[in-house]
Amino acid sequence: MKIAVVRFPGSNCDADALAAAAASGADAYYVWHRSTDLAGADFVVLPGGFSYGDYLRPGAIARFSPVMRAVASHAAAGRPVLGICNGFQILCEAQLLPGALVRNGGLSFVCRPVRVRVETDATPFTARYRVGQQLTMPVAHGDGRYVADDATLDRLEREEQVVFRYVGGNPNGAMRDIAGITNEGRNVVGLMPHPERASEALLGSSDGAAMFALAAAAAVA
Amino acid sequence: MTAQARPGDPQITPELVRQHGLTPDEFSRIRTLLGRDPTWVELGIFSALWSEHCAYKHSRPILKTFPTDGPQVIQGPGENAGVLRLGDGWAVAFKMESHNHPSAVEPYQGAATGVGGILRDIFTMGARPVAVLDSLRFGPLDSDRQRYLMKGVVRGIGDYGNCVGVPTVGGDVAFEPAYEGNPLVNAMAVGLLREEELIRARAAGPGNPIIAVGARTGRDGIHGASFASEELSEQSEARRPQVQVGDPFTEKLLIEASLELIRSGHIVAIQDMGAAGLTSSSAEMAARGGVGVEIDAQLMPTREADMTPYEVLLSESQERMLVVAKQGREREVDAICRTWELTSAVIGRVTDDGMYRVRWGPAVVAEIPGRALVEGAPVYRPEARESPDAAARRGRPVPSPRPDLDLNAALERLLDLPTIASKRWVYEQYDTSVQTNTVMGPGGDAAVLRVRDTSLGLALTSGGSGRFVWLDPYEGGKAVVAEAARNIAVTGARPLGITDCLNFGNPERPEVFYQFREACRGIADACRALGTPVTGGNVSFYNESPTGAVLPSPTIGMVGVLRDIACRVPARFQAAGDAVICFGTTRGALGGSQYLSLETGEVFGAPPPVDLAAERSLVDCLAECAEARLLASAHDVSEGGLAVALVECAALAPETFGCDVDLGGGDGAVTPAAVLFGEDHGRAVVSARRADVEALLARARRHGVPARVVGTVGGPAGAVRIAAGGARVALPSARLRQIYESAIPRRLDGAGGTQLARGG
Repeated sequence: MKIAVVRFPGSNCDADALAAAAASGADAYYVWHRSTDLAGADFVVLPGGFSYGDYLRPGAIARFSPVMRAVASHAAAGRPVLGICNGFQILCEAQLLPGALVRNGGLSFVCRPVRVRVETDATPFTARYRVGQQLTMPVAHGDGRYVADDATLDRLEREEQVVFRYVGGNPNGAMRDIAGITNEGRNVVGLMPHPERASEALLGSSDGAAMFALAAAAAVA
Repeated sequence: MTAQARPGDPQITPELVRQHGLTPDEFSRIRTLLGRDPTWVELGIFSALWSEHCAYKHSRPILKTFPTDGPQVIQGPGENAGVLRLGDGWAVAFKMESHNHPSAVEPYQGAATGVGGILRDIFTMGARPVAVLDSLRFGPLDSDRQRYLMKGVVRGIGDYGNCVGVPTVGGDVAFEPAYEGNPLVNAMAVGLLREEELIRARAAGPGNPIIAVGARTGRDGIHGASFASEELSEQSEARRPQVQVGDPFTEKLLIEASLELIRSGHIVAIQDMGAAGLTSSSAEMAARGGVGVEIDAQLMPTREADMTPYEVLLSESQERMLVVAKQGREREVDAICRTWELTSAVIGRVTDDGMYRVRWGPAVVAEIPGRALVEGAPVYRPEARESPDAAARRGRPVPSPRPDLDLNAALERLLDLPTIASKRWVYEQYDTSVQTNTVMGPGGDAAVLRVRDTSLGLALTSGGSGRFVWLDPYEGGKAVVAEAARNIAVTGARPLGITDCLNFGNPERPEVFYQFREACRGIADACRALGTPVTGGNVSFYNESPTGAVLPSPTIGMVGVLRDIACRVPARFQAAGDAVICFGTTRGALGGSQYLSLETGEVFGAPPPVDLAAERSLVDCLAECAEARLLASAHDVSEGGLAVALVECAALAPETFGCDVDLGGGDGAVTPAAVLFGEDHGRAVVSARRADVEALLARARRHGVPARVVGTVGGPAGAVRIAAGGARVALPSARLRQIYESAIPRRLDGAGGTQLARGG
């Protein structure tokens, strides 16, 4: 099992994602954004952070990094891609996921533990969670408000592409409380909360650890 | 060759000397030292390096009285940061610095660049930054100006720290009218390193290249160090262009590049171009290494056209590092910088003649004996005399609380004071969990981080009340260290050492210098008693505005270590039915307390004295009880006294517990209000499983710490009931929590308001 963690200039959750991936038993390694080769990765993580300082718009510059062509082909081949926080923003900018992430409703950065409900188990990352299960994970973002037009939102709901929904409080004003979504192929998932920060009981929650382990298992299968 | 004036340089006149913040005596000292008049460039260099900010002209003799030794000390004061041994080969680098004046005129960039600068002091020691803490002081939030300052500062800290990926895990915020014209922004950064990875900022090896790395140099921040060394005035707003602009994205790349450079073995030394920019970084590295340097300022990469040597040398453009590399490794250094998309440029060489020489192409524009430049500033021993007003304030008797006092209303009003209330509005704007090491984040007494792949825990706190220092500088100085130690110890950690930010007014005024000298004497005595050496920090004088000086405000940043992080102790109650125990002696001290000023609108009276032996016993006792796993929770008692501490333990637990407590007292000499709200030092509120109570009390006895079971943790969503000498407070936990959580958002955003009963 090989997990590639892509590093953009300004990524800052790269080491955390690598540690969580390695803890799942995988061979986890970094891929620099200038690389055009994912080194045979089974699945790819786009970690959180501030790629290119979030200048212009979060993810707007990173989507042009050379590595993104490789990520797009990986996704097109139906292989798993997980975008966390800034990674989610990059996936939306790269149009590997529909919709966009805009400034939080409260206009401020927000960092706190939130609860999300698992809305579908039909992705590599949620396969062994139960639908309806609630997970506690931290959010830490200034631009995490998921928006899309009504037709897109309706389609996401109908096709069960909403993966996670905030419960007990929506930290950013995301439409329909959406915290994470998947693509039509169900192999690309983006979410604003940080599963890698909820991967050990010592850190207050281990609810997110399974996301890396499950993905590993699914990719093998 | 000797330094020559450049065509177009201004004439060196007494007026120009004065504008550079140098006294006539200092100027004649410079002339003697050079054996000639300085050039304009040299005058600028001296102006920066002999500023109070860089040269510690008024504080050096006092700072020398601090204890700096201990078996845990790897690096004491004098480097970019202090370094203490943690165990298992790990060490912690940490330092705190003020960014008060820039934040007063441009809160967002002032605070942001404060964080950036202190982070660079950490990673230049070879340590990876793992945490930031911030101690902030503002005026009351009832003015637009103060709300603007607080919002700007918090956003500036957040935007910078969040982007570089270093969690902001603690600090404190307090509000007093004395900070209205001059807010305080003290940022502390903490890094972890393997002991063998330590690198010092000492230039060495004549012929070795000096390389500038990172952002290009612009005209921002010129004379920032001098700006920090004068009082704020109505004209300070015009200084706004001197405030630097931060770029956390470049900083993040600098962190990675610097750590890689240090590990690569290609470099000898590295230092931030911070206050006084290229000038101080190059001169200080040379002086520490006992060598000379020769720099060609024309080779410095710039981002603006037609910059003069004067500007290049004194610019405080951010995110720039100065590296001394090994000869012949220039290409390797450049390659590492390129990997991280940073520019680097060789701008000079280490020399063996001890001179600080600056060229501009072929011309020499400055040539100064290096050691004299860095260490030759005069040392002042100003007059110190307590003002009669200060003595009168302290001597003023504290009136007895009225017997008809509504204690419930008093408690509610205390919880609604922004200084006491929840700082959630602040810390939720900071990324507190990036790097996945935060085991206990903000909101408690101290933060606790794990040290990955070890059992170690790192406890961190920063803060300090200026009130007690204002009323009694010596006792107040002891108190800020003692409180920091308690904050560390209630988590189960043992205090290791401190960094400090000493924020005072104009030291040329005898009453200010008295405050400074006495507060430092208190800090030194407390550090000796608690075994926490001072490893560095900074002095920020001239914190005055037309409305007067700030409260004398020494901020203490302390680190502690948990041998086994599994023994950490949370601040909040954990389970209904647990016993509530008070450690320490309650005498009902109301002098300088929050309660007293709530009742009278003034700050006066003698603050409680600090018994350092008792503080040491309490700290040792708490750590030992934690190691024996006898504590379910532990929380320091400070502002607002036992009543506020109990509310914080009970109502702020995730389950919003109640509690049923009888504090006793009220024996005639001490009124119920004094028992509830007095701010005696040396106390903690702890809770324990019933089965552990006897063992806990036995350990307290062995340490000579007074300990008494005062009650029981109540059920979730219960009431906080506290009896004291026949009187009692009794309020629903949910209401107390609501008041505590909404005090700051209500004032800043007009959100979440709770109507409070007035009067009482």
